[in-house]
Amino acid sequence: MTATLDSSAPTAIGEIPSFNVTIRLRRYLPETDRGDESYWEEFVVPVHGTDRVLDALHKIKWEQDGSLTFRRSCAHGVCGSDAMRINGRNRLACKTLLKDVNPDKPITVEPIKGLPVIKDLVVDMEPFFASFREIMPFLITTGNQPSGERIQSAEQRERFDDTTKCILCAACTSSCPVFWTDGQYFGPAAIVNAHRFIFDSRDEGAEQRLEILNDKEGVWRCRTTFNCTEACPRGIEVTKAIQEVKRAMITRAF
Amino acid sequence: MTTTNAPTLSDPRDPYKRLKTTRSNYELYGWVFMRASGVILLVLIFGHLFVNLMVGDGVHAIDFAFVGGKWTSPFWQVWDLLMLWLAMMHGTNGVRTIINDYAERPLVRLWLKIFLYAAFVIVTVLGTLVIFTFTPCPLGAPADLLPSICFK
Repeated sequence: MTATLDSSAPTAIGEIPSFNVTIRLRRYLPETDRGDESYWEEFVVPVHGTDRVLDALHKIKWEQDGSLTFRRSCAHGVCGSDAMRINGRNRLACKTLLKDVNPDKPITVEPIKGLPVIKDLVVDMEPFFASFREIMPFLITTGNQPSGERIQSAEQRERFDDTTKCILCAACTSSCPVFWTDGQYFGPAAIVNAHRFIFDSRDEGAEQRLEILNDKEGVWRCRTTFNCTEACPRGIEVTKAIQEVKRAMITRAF
Repeated sequence: MTTTNAPTLSDPRDPYKRLKTTRSNYELYGWVFMRASGVILLVLIFGHLFVNLMVGDGVHAIDFAFVGGKWTSPFWQVWDLLMLWLAMMHGTNGVRTIINDYAERPLVRLWLKIFLYAAFVIVTVLGTLVIFTFTPCPLGAPADLLPSICFK
């Protein structure tokens, strides 16, 4: 008798396929013998087809090597803690399914570029947040407080809707080749958050923010490579927002 | 009793600082200039190529006399001057931004820019000088070196 597909044991309904995946991690453990050298380390992890890269990292940390260090808080794509470079592209580990990044080959996971690495996948986010603070990411108004809400039409809200979605994960800024050079460029994330207030009809600080971003290291260093738009896990049209800020500056100057 | 010195740690609240604030309209005007000069250069360069290579005898007409003849007309003097200046400024500004983008160390950046601006000044000054002081038939030059237009 020849075995046929029909005669093999039927898989239970709803069973999730399981397979092994190789995770190639860029480790940096300055307190160990390795010192200041970063190195690659591979882990083979049994995972399910529904697992994300973050699940694989959890399995490594919990079952194989507890020294693996990475940031994650909500693990559902909202907090923006676990941006990392997965197969050469900046993504959120909690929003990237393993099956979408070709699990047949080793999946490389590195810290995001352009920011100082502290340990393994944890980077110093301070330069990133410093630029964010510089553009004054808060409502600026003059005159008396209104007794009720600050009224805004649906169209006025729509104007800056896209840039309100930013979760400050730094995937865009750390994908920008201009930021990689010397870290002096404000970076896409700071400009996106400036855009969110510049085009808000309730805000009166647009002039100051445009002045800040008119810096030599401001919007004019953008080379429209679109790396930021591709990297954004929230789908914000980052390069478009930067161009809109540039246009606002040009109409202001001429 | 032994006292242990705490290891020297940098202040964790030490704020990151931008090297210096450089707010001015310089980069804005540079950005606009690149776009405006680019459009004008398209017209100037393709006009130049068309007149030199396509009209009349085409590429075979180009010799000392052809260039000398062109520069006797103020129209071509202005055309070539504009082309020289805009192309040099456009190119220099482009290379300047490339240096800013790729040179990581300030000293390397400084020297590359010094070299770039020196090249800009030399080419632009020399080119401008040639366009305005070019004499196709200098007095006292040996006749066999002069173009035919000098004997008409």
